[in-house]
Amino acid sequence: MSAPDYPGLDTLALHAGSQPDPATGARATPIYQSASFCFPDSDYAASLFNIERAGHVYSRLSNPTNAVLEERIAALEDGVGAIATASGQAALNLAILTLMGAGSHIVASAALYGGSHNLLAYTLPRLGIETTFVDARDPAAFKAAIRDNTRLVFAETVGNPGLDVLNIPAVAEVAHAAGLPLMVDSTFTTPYLIKPFELGADIIMHSATKFLSGHGIVIGGLLVDGGRFDWDASGRFPTLTEPYVGFHNLVFSEEFGPAAFIQRARKEGLRDFGACMSPTTAFHILQGIETLGIRMSRHIENTRAVVAFLSQQELVTRVGYPELDGHPDRALAAELLPQGCGAVFSFDLAGGREAGIAFVDALNLFSHLANVGDAKSLVIHPASTTHHRMDADALAAGGIGEGTIRLSIGLEDARDLVGDLKQGLRAAAKVAKSKAGAV
Amino acid sequence: MKLTVNGASVYCYTNSRDIAPERPTVVFIHGSGMDHTVWTLASRHFARHGNNVVSVDLPGHGRSTGPALTSVESMADWLIDVIDSLDVKEAALVGHSLGSLVALDCASRFPNRVRALGMVGTTAPMPVSDAILDASKANEHGAFDMLTQWGFSKRHQFGGNRNSGIWMIGNTLRLYERSRPGVLYHDMAACNAYKEGLENAAKVSCPVLLLLGGEDRLTPVRGTRGLVEAFNNPQIEILQGSGHTIMMEAPNAMLDALHRLL
Repeated sequence: MSAPDYPGLDTLALHAGSQPDPATGARATPIYQSASFCFPDSDYAASLFNIERAGHVYSRLSNPTNAVLEERIAALEDGVGAIATASGQAALNLAILTLMGAGSHIVASAALYGGSHNLLAYTLPRLGIETTFVDARDPAAFKAAIRDNTRLVFAETVGNPGLDVLNIPAVAEVAHAAGLPLMVDSTFTTPYLIKPFELGADIIMHSATKFLSGHGIVIGGLLVDGGRFDWDASGRFPTLTEPYVGFHNLVFSEEFGPAAFIQRARKEGLRDFGACMSPTTAFHILQGIETLGIRMSRHIENTRAVVAFLSQQELVTRVGYPELDGHPDRALAAELLPQGCGAVFSFDLAGGREAGIAFVDALNLFSHLANVGDAKSLVIHPASTTHHRMDADALAAGGIGEGTIRLSIGLEDARDLVGDLKQGLRAAAKVAKSKAGAV
Repeated sequence: MKLTVNGASVYCYTNSRDIAPERPTVVFIHGSGMDHTVWTLASRHFARHGNNVVSVDLPGHGRSTGPALTSVESMADWLIDVIDSLDVKEAALVGHSLGSLVALDCASRFPNRVRALGMVGTTAPMPVSDAILDASKANEHGAFDMLTQWGFSKRHQFGGNRNSGIWMIGNTLRLYERSRPGVLYHDMAACNAYKEGLENAAKVSCPVLLLLGGEDRLTPVRGTRGLVEAFNNPQIEILQGSGHTIMMEAPNAMLDALHRLL
């Protein structure tokens, strides 16, 4: 006799965290659009405030709709718990400020979303938290950058926008040897493509705005605790292992064991910083997650078709998709991302910035905007938009050139996407030809 | 709080409070492969309500050192040693699964030390399948999987935790994964070998609560008939919708039921 199989991803995506509504029998998760919740009596109220009972007090701290989303992503990632936040950036900030304070240090991949880079490089130093950026492809560089005051190692599962594949097992080993947790941003990959906790990561964050939602109608973030990192053994995290005066000397690792991190993040960070998610947003994200599996499958199918097309075009000097021959992460991607490397990738056009702009402007089906992971296909020029705050060196470290174009491949018919790209390439070719003639 | 009992370090969660002799004491005992954190909500609650709370980590579990004990009787003897070392004369004992058998054994053999007995997710005898015994003896993850999957009601396999943001399945698996090699097997074997439950239940003179999960697949309600009949007028509460892991699946209903006992 052996244990029955755990429910699969598609089943969890539909059911995890939800039960028919106990009040009405509603099968869909209701939107509990209420700021606060009534207490049946004073002792019940006191017990909720003192973490003695399960329940809700105030929607900045928890909400029944958000709770379903939080359980669902924790289930999909095989974590112990999660918190829904106002955005992916809020999730990142919540994680960092739960783990450390002034005088601390982070080692992060240089290949990050521009917003994450901005927070780490420019904003957190004002609060006394510094970051050293290293080559995402070099675990030894992560190791070399760790200092006595380092408290977190952070990277994206696949870098934005170059799709540098993070060697999670190797970087996790480096982090754990130094008594540090590894947090990964799995926005581009979702639990459909990779399970970072199984590979050694300790904390996962998502911008749920992207593939988890798929519809592009809300902003939201998710922070997930894997529950395997031993905060007590590390000895570097007093916020989790020493009495917290802000909650009657509660010691989170003592009282919550594997869920110490996510509980502190809720009891302190969500309470004090207040970057909570609206229950209506949580509802919308839940609708997206219900179809995560079939959408991601189609995203990958379309991406492979577009990548194959672009790879054959003379005007395209590079396609940065890790499944291609010549990509530096091809072998690693085959090992860690066998179902695909996501639906966001970049490529370079001959003709540089001018050709890139002409290409983007000529597209019709692809929407020119600053987002990824929508059901609709998207395009952007990173150097002038998402990554415009980065200087030339930082851009180069992130694998971004002047003529780099980033695509997010949606769910349209692949034939139509390729047709639109042909149109863009024709416009870019004219610019490239005239530029060459001018020279 | 850390104590030294029989030469080993023993951890007890006390809600960061000293044991006050004038207060009643409630002792919580976790189940197989678990630790004191399964009782955090209940411990905090009864501490605020004027009780000394002592949520133990059995030897070899959680923050307690030493080898795991191999019989329910030895765990009961150890528990009395812990209570002695805290200078507690009399306590209410609340145990889950294996912990409930330890509490039962204490209540039958040390009646002057036990003022009330709460058995949560329980039955007696408590046979353990060969599949679980074999997998736990081999320290296979499959033992954790079986106990986790069968430890929750079918509906709670998909969550629905009222404790926001916590995925019960994942949290339970992490607790099992934290257990030291061999510990779960010793716990399971101790449950399986404890044959004196009904006989000992008949000797219990203090108030008794049997708190059962209506959809418990590890210690199903139908298997508790003998235990119900063996006790003298026990209080029986069946929590519909809950499986074996009542502390997580029905935390509020459990508190309410324990209030009626304590």
